[in-house]
Amino acid sequence: MSKSLDHDPIFDVAIIGAGVVGCAMARRFTLDGAKVVVLEKAAEVLDGASKANSAILHTGFDAPPGSVEQSCVAAGYAEYLDIRDGLGLPVLKTGAMVLAWNDEQLASLPALVEKAHQNGVLDVELRSREALLEAEPALSPNLKGGFVVPGEYVIDPWATAHAYILQAIANGAVLRRNAEVLGGVFEDGIWDLEVTSGAVRAKQVINCAGLYGDVTDARLLGQAGFTIKPRKGQFVVFDKPASELAGAVLLPVPTKTTKGVVIFRTIFGNLAVGPTAEEQESRTEATTETASLHDLRAKGIEMLPALAQFEVTTVYAGLRPATEHQDYQISQDVARNYVSVSGIRSTGLSAALGIARHVAAMNVGVAFDGGPIKNPIIPSADRLSNYHGRDWEDAGHGGIICHCELVTKREILAALNGPMAPTTLQGLKRRTRVTMGRCQGFYCTGALSSLTQGYLDPPIGEDDE
Amino acid sequence: MSDVLNCNVAIVGGGTAGLALATALRAQGVADVVVLERDVEAGGVPRHCGHYPFGIRELGRAFKGPDYARALVRNAKAAGVEIRSGVTVTALHPNARLGLNTAEGNVELQANRVALCTGVRESSRAQRFLSGTRPQGVLTTGALQAMVYLNGKRPFKRPVILGSELVSFSAIMTCRHGGMRAAAMIEEGPRVTVRNFMRPYAALKGVPLFTGARDLRIHGHREVEAISFTNRRGVTEMIETDGVIISGQFRPEAALLHASHLDVDAGTGGPVIDQYGRATDPSYFVTGNLLRPVETSGWCWREAGETARRMARDLSDPIGRVPFVCQRSVDPALRFVLPQRIALTDAAGAMTQMQMRVSEPVSGHLVAMAAGNTVMSQFIDSRPERRILTPMVSLSRLGQAQDVEVKILR
Ligand SMILES: Cc1cc2nc3c(=O)[nH]c(=O)nc-3n(C[C@H](O)[C@H](O)[C@H](O)COP(=O)(O)OP(=O)(O)OC[C@H]3O[C@@H](n4cnc5c(N)ncnc54)[C@H](O)[C@@H]3O)c2cc1C
Ligand SMILES: Cc1cc2nc3c(=O)[nH]c(=O)nc-3n(C[C@H](O)[C@H](O)[C@H](O)COP(=O)(O)OP(=O)(O)OC[C@H]3O[C@@H](n4cnc5c(N)ncnc54)[C@H](O)[C@@H]3O)c2cc1C
Repeated sequence: MSKSLDHDPIFDVAIIGAGVVGCAMARRFTLDGAKVVVLEKAAEVLDGASKANSAILHTGFDAPPGSVEQSCVAAGYAEYLDIRDGLGLPVLKTGAMVLAWNDEQLASLPALVEKAHQNGVLDVELRSREALLEAEPALSPNLKGGFVVPGEYVIDPWATAHAYILQAIANGAVLRRNAEVLGGVFEDGIWDLEVTSGAVRAKQVINCAGLYGDVTDARLLGQAGFTIKPRKGQFVVFDKPASELAGAVLLPVPTKTTKGVVIFRTIFGNLAVGPTAEEQESRTEATTETASLHDLRAKGIEMLPALAQFEVTTVYAGLRPATEHQDYQISQDVARNYVSVSGIRSTGLSAALGIARHVAAMNVGVAFDGGPIKNPIIPSADRLSNYHGRDWEDAGHGGIICHCELVTKREILAALNGPMAPTTLQGLKRRTRVTMGRCQGFYCTGALSSLTQGYLDPPIGEDDE
Repeated sequence: MSDVLNCNVAIVGGGTAGLALATALRAQGVADVVVLERDVEAGGVPRHCGHYPFGIRELGRAFKGPDYARALVRNAKAAGVEIRSGVTVTALHPNARLGLNTAEGNVELQANRVALCTGVRESSRAQRFLSGTRPQGVLTTGALQAMVYLNGKRPFKRPVILGSELVSFSAIMTCRHGGMRAAAMIEEGPRVTVRNFMRPYAALKGVPLFTGARDLRIHGHREVEAISFTNRRGVTEMIETDGVIISGQFRPEAALLHASHLDVDAGTGGPVIDQYGRATDPSYFVTGNLLRPVETSGWCWREAGETARRMARDLSDPIGRVPFVCQRSVDPALRFVLPQRIALTDAAGAMTQMQMRVSEPVSGHLVAMAAGNTVMSQFIDSRPERRILTPMVSLSRLGQAQDVEVKILR
């Protein structure tokens, strides 16, 4: 293990993992005045669970009342709506409907509404089958009934987390990518972390390692109080015109283990059906499966018959960092200045800001030099929403490179040359949406291979001498 | 920008069809013809088909795609066509009005007639619902060609080709040109899709061919590592490879249509047209591969010449909105029927032939029926991806406002 040199800075806080939770954590602690370092083992941020989700901003109406999850989702929801204008983050105010397709589900609705009210989501209301069909005429007439959750919205899963970490960086946080935390010792109030990219010292460690929460706890504390059980979710994304079939997010009646297959508009203008819920061993392999995709498509058509006419744009899969417990696993080792933020299973995008506040509040007694930043810099987020202004609409964009998603040369170069520049095609996709439309790169891969030359590893192509 | 530009004929897409149409319109004496092309240069798909043979019929000798594309651009310019590249058409509005975007901003264009010529592309990996991980290095043939021929780039060294259409075989050539060697060609169907005479080609180049492959799966994390499948004997094969070329299964580039007032046909994936090549708004004509997947460049060129004559005639003597009947396949084995509408008029210049494709091998009598009358009949013996041409339904035998149903009597 390499010994850190004395002139190395000692950070107030080292955050392990730059998923949406780590990104929100970095923002919170930076704004609170801490000197923060974020250590991410992948080449890009959002390489774990946060890479692929449904991007619904949940109210927490269906969370177990009194759970940590419920309070973090509620707080995260409120803070998101509070700060999103300033950060330039979009919201699609869809609202949601929880739909019953048989008598058993119908009978379970009143209890779910009651639970929502208990959770403080007071605008949740039962609706007749007729009222729901009038609001969403594309729904199958087999519908039995349901209730509305007006506050469930759709957001941008990537720009959101990117905005959090970019604000942290703009205000002094350090992000190290390709930096896996392998181990560490806590001595004299300082953590000495062994990191693949070189040692790091910090007064405090916050483990936000998502799918590796238990592994990371074990590496640093010697043990973990839970086991991560990855749960895969696959999705089918339909072409943009299909988005006219559903105004609201269409949720099924949830079961104990999953929110079930949802139909939702994405902020990028598509209509998606998913996710599945499949337990698996692998923490890295989020495969799509032919049979599940056909099944998802069929489920979508069952609920929205007109969906049968629409083309598929893409498919994807993500892994939820579930554990054997239902609630989040947030715990503190006071003696070792260590917080583990794990098991942020299926609501982390909504809850991230709330989780960060929750953890900051655990830190009573720890003061950061200078205190909270007075006038923090607020960088503007990537503008990728189909429902809000995009770069191509403004003059001087240098030409459109990705024709399906209308991604301009200007915004690609801005991402490649800006802060936290992507170094992989995956990363560039999440920052700009290149190749993510209907043709999936048929038209723009060639041009992109030249434009990104020298920026990406691996490159989109090697020079052919 | 509140300015509205004007022109006589606006052509959306400067590929083979758009350029041939523009040139032929000028030859018909039509003035003020503008081609709008979103790419940095006009020429369309042939720009990145670095192989022979293009242009034998239309230009009198065999060209490689890029030279052919340049020749079409030259001919169009010489004929007085205005080609504007770097212009993306973003919206189709009723009565020949277009929304355009350029690097300088948005503007609207009002024309007398619009022709849609946006061509076809291949289906993506996602659209095929393939199993496996999603690493970098899975490309369509078109994307590979653009990398190799337009950007001098090599995305992988030993890729596997999925599909066995003509374009799949052209991928072997593209690989060779770019210093890559195809590791295998895999077809999910029971046999190779292209006509048999093409088949030895793969063997000739030493590329193993697997037909009847099931349970395809892509492996690899950041980059492709292997592809596996169950072969026709039920045994799992695993081929190590660093890339996958997803070839064929063409579909019209109909993005603009879906967001517009024009009707789209689920069978072709392109716009609904009548026997004059007009979309459901008669100020819009359609030609080229946007009509249907898929024909050769030479075919599109010739078809565009006929479309030009119809457009020229319509500009001087408009057909306008006339009553029509719909025409559709009622046979699951018949993938599409083109045109999808028959305008009830005997105006001059109508197509004399209809185009169809089957989705499985069929032989039998193709019949079109309207109000109990047979309005067209022809024997066919065909397979998927083969062109089927039949005579146009006979207008005189069509009952008023009775839709035409087409099926195969086996
Ligand atoms: C299918 C699906 C649908 C979902 N839908 C929604 C939704 O609609 N709304 C919602 O709010 N939430 C949703 N979620 C949940 C949300 O995506 C997760 O809760 C959230 O992404 C978890 O984020 P995280 O930061 O805890 O973990 P991760 O995103 O996994 O981040 C952990 C990071 O730590 C890094 N790391 C791991 N170990 C180390 C180490 N030793 N050293 C350095 N770095 C390390 C990883 O590379 C990773 O980047 C969904 C999730 C899935 C899978
Ligand atoms: C990968 C591939 C390989 C092929 N190989 C062969 C071959 O070897 N031989 C052969 O004969 N045929 C081949 N074809 C068939 C090909 O479609 C025809 O050769 C021919 O290009 C069809 O001409 P087109 O004008 O209809 O379409 P294209 O040539 O595709 O031209 C369409 C044009 O429209 C432009 N466009 C699209 N949308 C817009 C918009 N919104 N605004 C402005 N411009 C727009 C595009 O940029 C493009 O330039 C191939 C097709 C593909 C996809």
